[in-house]
Amino acid sequence: MNPGYELPLEEAGYSFGFLDEYAKREVRRAILKAISIPGYQTPYASREMPMGRGFGTGGLQLTLALVGPEDRLKVIDQGADDSVNAVNLRHFVEMTCPGMDTTEHTRAATLIQSRHRIPEVPLRENQILVLQVPYPDALVVVESSEARRKTMHGEGDYARLLTRLYEDIVRFDEITIAHRYPTRIAGHYVIDPSPIPRYDLPKLHRAAALTLLGAGREKKIYAVPPYTDAEPLAFDDVPFRIEDFRDAAGRRCACARCGASDSFLDELIGDDGAKSWQCSDSDYCNEQLAVRNPQEAVHI
Amino acid sequence: MKKVLEVRNLSKIHGRGCAHCLDSTGPDMDSNICRHCGSVVAAHGVSFDLHAGEILGIIGESGSGKSTTVRTLFFDETPSAGEAIFFDGQRQWDLFALNAAEQRWLRNRRFGMVYQNAHLGLNFKVSAGGNIAERLLMSDFSHYGEIRRRARQLLARTEVLAERMDESPKQFSGGMQQRVQIAKALATQPPLLFLDEVTTGLDLSVQARILDLILEIQQELGTAMIVVTHDLGVIRLLAGRSIVMKYGRIIESGLTDQILEDPQHAYTQRLVASSL
Repeated sequence: MNPGYELPLEEAGYSFGFLDEYAKREVRRAILKAISIPGYQTPYASREMPMGRGFGTGGLQLTLALVGPEDRLKVIDQGADDSVNAVNLRHFVEMTCPGMDTTEHTRAATLIQSRHRIPEVPLRENQILVLQVPYPDALVVVESSEARRKTMHGEGDYARLLTRLYEDIVRFDEITIAHRYPTRIAGHYVIDPSPIPRYDLPKLHRAAALTLLGAGREKKIYAVPPYTDAEPLAFDDVPFRIEDFRDAAGRRCACARCGASDSFLDELIGDDGAKSWQCSDSDYCNEQLAVRNPQEAVHI
Repeated sequence: MKKVLEVRNLSKIHGRGCAHCLDSTGPDMDSNICRHCGSVVAAHGVSFDLHAGEILGIIGESGSGKSTTVRTLFFDETPSAGEAIFFDGQRQWDLFALNAAEQRWLRNRRFGMVYQNAHLGLNFKVSAGGNIAERLLMSDFSHYGEIRRRARQLLARTEVLAERMDESPKQFSGGMQQRVQIAKALATQPPLLFLDEVTTGLDLSVQARILDLILEIQQELGTAMIVVTHDLGVIRLLAGRSIVMKYGRIIESGLTDQILEDPQHAYTQRLVASSL
């Protein structure tokens, strides 16, 4: 998007946050219901947005319904603030919400819209995390009829999902679901926590911040309220485990840039074919770098 | 003897039905399609009792309503009218007054079903062991090792090779698929088992072994069973008591030996004569 672009005069008449007030009210109503019934997929009247479905329209509608002029927004795509999806969404919100601040710092943000990651830094009570969701229903892999899925959710009938985990263990000796790991919220509904890696799931469990998940194409909003149980499905004797980033020698890999060994890492292949690892959360990486090397951090 | 199931005036009508449906169908009218409104009376006025450890046979030709009867009891179909009470220890369940969740609970834990077509009873997308695991997971088992052990045990009991438990039942022969279905049905040790044409389409030696298995299970576990079949040989071997159905009605009931040796109804006489 061209940063110098200005809305034509007749379009500058859009209300704050692009959506009209009725649309925002509809989204807020769905948000309240979603918070009241943790993990329940609340249907809502998803609007057409000026971007393709699948580019985060669900998350964007949540953000636009929540954001006010006093907010500070951070937009993340796969952990980074500067990838295409994040940059475009941030520009769009900046353009349609005059007076609102944006930031790249997790700690400074009041509202965080994210795709595929939860920030490394634990979120606080006065922050809201909005996740973009492509497939809201965890049961879609075992049941194609939505009507039957609704009954299954209502009755807490997740045996077929667990059968899938069983089959995984039989074939591979461990559960191989890398992302979109089915997670039980507040002891009843099982959600698809959006394509966040398994590594991020423990951050959902009894988190201080409210997490809202929005699927624009599928027209569903659901929530993990603050201090709510979020338990990944597992067996008593085969517990859930996260990625551990150990190399062949059993050592924990560290970020090649900041040296952190307590973050989720992306694998990079260099020009010479050599593998290296780097923090997926760019803000966290910068922060670690600033602590370790104050001179260099100035240039970032 | 302890009663397990009491069915009274069970009826299932497909279509909107009219005032003449019941008069214009049945064995006397030689049809189960109402000539006034075109509704199909699949079953009407079906009443019987089943006692603990007993095997009850339901015989009849195709379309006589025998499968419909069993499927309404297993909640696959909802009946148009009638009552069924399931006696489970101290509890009594009025089957058709239950909500969907209670019905599912009973289906998963207290009933077992073996269908003629394995596609209905098994999930071919998961392994044979997974099929049994699914049923155990429905009854709140959550220990992988325990589920695995139970599944292996059940498959061994029904003579499916343990080495093949992680294969899809798609790759199994018809007889083996039926064995996996039986193992799955037995997983929660249900007091009541429905067998809907379990041996139809299998060759004779395989049939004989499956029938043996069913008899052994009945003697070992004391499971009450309802066996639906059109094969008089199966009925003679398994069922102590039988009912004969035609065009949705019960035309004869009593001890199996009596029915086969001294049939009263003209249809049963023809049936017995044709098979001997």
